Amino acid sequence: MDAETATAVTVAAAEQEALISGSEAVAVASRLADVDVITAYPIRPYDTMMQYVAKQIANGEQDAEYIVAESEHSQFEIAKHASAVGARALCGSSGVGWCYAFEAIAVTPALRLPLLAMVGNRALDDPGAFGTEHNDALAARDLGWMHVWVDTAQEALDVTLIAYRVAEDRRVFLPCAISTDGAFLTHSQALVKIPPRAWVDEFLPRYDRGDLRFHPDNPITIAPQVNEDWLMEIRRQTDQAMRNARGVLEEAYRDFRRIFNRDYGNPFFEEYYTDDAEIVLVGMGTLSMPVKVVIRKLRAEGQRVGFVRVRWFRPFDYERLGGLLSRFQAVGVVDRDFSMGSPYNSGVLANEIRATLYGQPKQPPVVSFITGLGGREVTIPNVREMFEHTRKAAETGASPRDTLWIGVRA
Amino acid sequence: MARTISVEVVYRGIFQKTLAKNICRGIVLAARKEGKIGIAFGRYGDSPERNGIPAKNFAIVAPDEETLQLSMAQYEPAESDITIAVDDTLCKGVESWAWYGLQPINEKIREGGTLVVTSTLPAGEIVKFCHTKAHPYRLAVIPGIPSFSGLWVYKDDHTDVRILGALPKVCPDLVSLDAMLAAIKDEWKSDLKVTSARRSYEQTTTRTVGPGEGNPEVPYKFDLPGWTRMREGVTIEGMKLGEPIQFGGQVGGYRPQRNPYFKKYTTRTMRPVIDFDKCIKCTLCWLQCPDSCFDVMPDQTYDLNAEACCGCGVCEAVCPVDGCITMVNESAFTDNKSQWEMWKTNKDAYRQWVAEKIGCRPERSHGFRYKGQYEEQVASMGAASGGGQGGGE
Repeated sequence: MDAETATAVTVAAAEQEALISGSEAVAVASRLADVDVITAYPIRPYDTMMQYVAKQIANGEQDAEYIVAESEHSQFEIAKHASAVGARALCGSSGVGWCYAFEAIAVTPALRLPLLAMVGNRALDDPGAFGTEHNDALAARDLGWMHVWVDTAQEALDVTLIAYRVAEDRRVFLPCAISTDGAFLTHSQALVKIPPRAWVDEFLPRYDRGDLRFHPDNPITIAPQVNEDWLMEIRRQTDQAMRNARGVLEEAYRDFRRIFNRDYGNPFFEEYYTDDAEIVLVGMGTLSMPVKVVIRKLRAEGQRVGFVRVRWFRPFDYERLGGLLSRFQAVGVVDRDFSMGSPYNSGVLANEIRATLYGQPKQPPVVSFITGLGGREVTIPNVREMFEHTRKAAETGASPRDTLWIGVRA
Repeated sequence: MARTISVEVVYRGIFQKTLAKNICRGIVLAARKEGKIGIAFGRYGDSPERNGIPAKNFAIVAPDEETLQLSMAQYEPAESDITIAVDDTLCKGVESWAWYGLQPINEKIREGGTLVVTSTLPAGEIVKFCHTKAHPYRLAVIPGIPSFSGLWVYKDDHTDVRILGALPKVCPDLVSLDAMLAAIKDEWKSDLKVTSARRSYEQTTTRTVGPGEGNPEVPYKFDLPGWTRMREGVTIEGMKLGEPIQFGGQVGGYRPQRNPYFKKYTTRTMRPVIDFDKCIKCTLCWLQCPDSCFDVMPDQTYDLNAEACCGCGVCEAVCPVDGCITMVNESAFTDNKSQWEMWKTNKDAYRQWVAEKIGCRPERSHGFRYKGQYEEQVASMGAASGGGQGGGE
C-alpha cells in the first residue's frame, strides 16, 4: 500500500454509528461483505432482515441479486446453487420456515457450500407464535452447519463478517446459521458501529471456490448417487471441515480484533465475572441481559456468581469450556429450548454441557433449567431463582435429578 | 446340515425381479420344512426396476437362529454356495447400481460351489463367458430360454420351480427334494409346478469347471479412495472432450469420452450388428442412441462402442436402411471388439461374420408364449442338450 492509499484508508476508517436492529445489522453486514446473491421469503421475525436488504438495494446502497422465492425450500435451494457457482450467498428464515427448507439445509454441509443463513429464532407453530425459542435452529444442530448465537445487534453485524471469513475458508467450506433471538434482537434497534468498507475488504478475502466451482471452465458433477461404499467418507470429510473450523475461527477473530479493534476474547464463549465465581449460569442469546443484571446485583450482595454465554454452538469448544466449567462449585444451564424425553428431561444445551464435563477430572453438579419458551421474558426474579437453585446444588454437591422449569404457570 | 448355505440369484432388472424373489423365498420356505431357518433379501442399492440392469437376490439358510445372525445385517454374503444366473448373458459379468466395476458371475462361488444357469446353450459355451477362477467350481445348466416378465406382470412359465427343483440335486446339503416339493406345493398350490420341479431335479446334471477355465479377461474395477484422497463437496470431474480416431494411417471422426465408472454393457441382452456396406451415413443411429455409444469413424460411418451399449435397440429402430443394423442375441458374442475395425481389416471375413451372427442368432424371444412350449423346446434340444455338455457327469 503506498502512502497516498494508506492515508485514504485512514480517512475512511471511521466507524459510523447507526440505530438498527439485529436483523438490520445482518443486512448491513451483507452490504459491507458485498454479498452477491440474497434469497428471501418472508416469515416473522427474520423478514426484518430481507426488508432492510430490499431497502438498501432500492436506495442504490447495495448491489446484489435479490431473489424472492416462492417458499423457503426454494429460497435455500437457490442460495445453495448460487454458492456452488462461486457467489457469496445469504438467506435466512425463522421457525417453521426454516423447517420447510430442511431438505436443502440437510444437504448443504456435505456439498460444502459456505452460505450464511440468519435464523430469527422463533417458536415452531402450532400454535401460531412469534416469540423466540431456539428449537428451530437447533433442529439442524447435527448436520454440519456451523451455528452461532449472538446477543447484541453489534455482534450480529460482526459475526456475519466473521462467519463469511470462516465459512468461505477452503479448509472449512461449511454453511453457517446466525441465530438472533426473535423480538429482542430482530425487532429491537440499538446503536451499532458500522465499520468502513475498507476494513471489511482487508478482513474478508474473495470467495474462491477453486476446483469445486461449478462453472463451464471447470466441468464437474455435483451430488451423484452414492451407495454405502462412499457416503461414510463424505461424512468424515464434512466432520474434518467442522474440526478445521475451530482453528479458522480463532484466526478470524484474531484478525478481526486487529482490523476492527473490537475484542471478543475467546471466540467460542463469553465469560462474565467468572474469574472468582463459585457458581455460574450458562446460556445462549439475549437471556444474557437479565442474567448480567442479576449478577451485578448478587455481587453487590457479596455473592460470587458468574455467567458463561455460549456463542459458537457448532463447532463447540468442549475442551476449553469443560476446563472452565469444572472449576466451579455448580453450573446452572439455561435452555431456551426443549428436548422432550432427553436425559434429565432437559434442554439441548444442558446435555451438551453434561457431556462436556464428563471428560473433566472434576465434575461440578449441573442444574438444568428450561425457561423463556415461546418468547416469554426471562425476568430478574427468574434469574435469581435459577442462581438460588444452582447455589443449593453447590452446597449439597448434588445435581437435581430432573430439569427445573422456570417461569411456567403451575 | 450344520452349516450356513448362501444362495445368490443374479437377475435382470424389471424382467426378472419377481422370478428372483420367488426363487429365494422358495429356498427359505423349503428349508423351513426341515426345521432350518433362513432369510431372503434383495441386494439393497441395486436397481431392480431399471430395465435389464443386473441385480441380485439372496437366500441364506442356517441350522439355527444364532448361526443365521452371522449372515444378517449384511448386503451380500462374502461367498456363495450356489449362484444362479437366470439369464445366460449374465455370465459375462455383473455391473450393478450398487457398486463400481464389473463383478464376474462366479466371483462369490466358493470352492466346490455351483453356478446354475438357465440356457439353451451347451455348458461349454457358457463357460467361455464366465471369468476364470483360481479354484474349481461346478456348472449346472437348466435347459430353457431365459424367463423375462414385464414390470407389472409375472409370466409364470415354471422357471422358478424348475430352478428350485434343481437345487436339492446340485446341493443336497441345502434341502431335500421332498422338502422342496412340499414347499412348492404350499406356496403355489399347484401340482403342475411340483411336477416341473421334480422333472428339473431329474434332468439337471453338472460338470466341473477347472481352475483357469473360461474368459481370461481381467474385469475392470476401481479402488475406493479414502476420505483424505477423495474430492470434496460430493463432486466428480466432468467428462473431458473426446478425440479423433486413429486407425492405420487414417485420422478423423470423433470418439466421445464415456463414464469410466459405469460402462453398463452387462445390462445388454442383445447388441446391434452393423453391416457397414449398407450404411448411408445418415447419422440417425448416432443421434438417437440414448447412451451416445456410437463413435464417428474417419470415413463418417458410425461404429458401435460395445462397452457403452446397453442393447436398447433404438439404433435398429431408427436406421432407415433395411438390414443395416440388426439386433442379435448377446450370447452370440464373446468380446466387445470394434466391428468397424473388423470390416476395415477384412471385408469378406466381416460380411461372413455378419451373416453368421444374424443368421444363427435371431432376436431373442423372452420366455414361453404358449402352453406346452417348454416341453417342445426341451424335446427339440435333444438328449445332448438336456443336461451338461462337454464333460457332463
